[in-house]
Amino acid sequence: MRPFVYTRAADVAAAGAAGREGGRFIGGGTNLLDLMKLQVETPAHLVDVNHLGTTEIEPCEGGLRIGAAVRNSDLAADENVRERYEVLSRALLSGASAQLRNKATTAGNLLQRTRCYYFYDTAKPCNKREPGAGCAAMEGFNRVHAILGGSAHCIATHPSDMAVAMRVLDARVETNRRVIPVSRLYTLPGDTPHIETVLEPGELITSVVLPPPAAGRQIYRKVRDRASYAFALVSVAAILDVRGGKIRDARFAFGGVAPMPWRHEEAEALLLDAPANEATADAFCDALLADAAGHGGNDFKILLLRRTVKAVLAQAAA
Amino acid sequence: MDPRTSLLDLLREHLALTGSKKGCDHGQCGACTVLVNGRRINACLTLAVMHEGDEIETIESFGDGDALHALQAAFVAHDGFQCGYCTPGQICSAAGMLKEWEAGMPSHVTPTLTDADIALSDEEIRERMSGNLCRCAAYPNIVKAIAEVAERRA
Repeated sequence: MRPFVYTRAADVAAAGAAGREGGRFIGGGTNLLDLMKLQVETPAHLVDVNHLGTTEIEPCEGGLRIGAAVRNSDLAADENVRERYEVLSRALLSGASAQLRNKATTAGNLLQRTRCYYFYDTAKPCNKREPGAGCAAMEGFNRVHAILGGSAHCIATHPSDMAVAMRVLDARVETNRRVIPVSRLYTLPGDTPHIETVLEPGELITSVVLPPPAAGRQIYRKVRDRASYAFALVSVAAILDVRGGKIRDARFAFGGVAPMPWRHEEAEALLLDAPANEATADAFCDALLADAAGHGGNDFKILLLRRTVKAVLAQAAA
Repeated sequence: MDPRTSLLDLLREHLALTGSKKGCDHGQCGACTVLVNGRRINACLTLAVMHEGDEIETIESFGDGDALHALQAAFVAHDGFQCGYCTPGQICSAAGMLKEWEAGMPSHVTPTLTDADIALSDEEIRERMSGNLCRCAAYPNIVKAIAEVAERRA
């Protein structure tokens, strides 16, 4: 690990000021410290943002406001979340281990970095780690990589489960400067894969707001290589209102397949008032996957995503 | 203290509390699990300077000489280890896990999230302990040991 200066921010204003001067915010640190040990991340100044009083979950306009420093385990176990936002609780519980969830924060989970092997391996070229260096994943082992939203410069995926649930719930991020819908928080890699969000230097997430949930059954289905403690190959967060065999309302977000939690609202419109059957799921997936591209190792994800959508729709209709 | 010092290195290298083990040093194996203010975390993935004023419990705070903590006794009785390297982390993790279960916290395999009482089945124990790896694969006996302690506490 490279040497750094550590300071504990006393309030949001002080944290923001330190951030503008190049300070890197640290919450739970479970991802950042891991990357610092490997010298993938080399901040000169760590600003501890664990003591800003952002640890509450409170009612907000019929929904919930979640403090940025609320731990993943506390958010998953919160009574209101378990009752009204099951998809969020389920997504959180499917991620990482209990020890990591006890430490990881809400904002940190949103901002965690990809687990692309080549991003972690400093002996290999990576445009995200070193702009212009090239991408070892294109011709390398790319089993876990993106089939949607990638570019010729980067096919890394966003690893979060929680963010996928936040996306399907139309959550909004509140910072020390503005409000950003989760749908606009992330940026696609294009030719700047080192830029991952619209957050500016010194901009600090202070809370995440969940609007009242849409009507319907909430489902989070995660497909992975082992039953626990593994990242998603494909995950589906859904809110599906199915009555009398007909889809009244449908929202789908996807993890493990793109550089950001993925959603295709035009494709969702195809589901409205359609029968809840395989043909409908196929029509939805045809639109969803129209631009999907495999890179060899991850070709299977295209079919896996389609099958997972079918399974989720069948579960909601049952 | 160099700010780079992890909580794990503080315990092992500076305080000579070598019960907490360094397995992977990347939060993947759970051998360094300790309780911070009663909650289990990976001591390797946090900085010592971030824990000023926190209460840290390591395996050294379990039992007293030959008077074993219930989890330690159960691990011995059920042969919940072979080499023993992961055991301090397993036991600290199990202690934290039982507190979480007693507080009603759900897991990935909990059938209904809104249930007030969650039965601690073997499946629940396995899921809740998935952050602790055992390369000797003593898992069946680890599960038995934890189940026995949970049953006595219930």
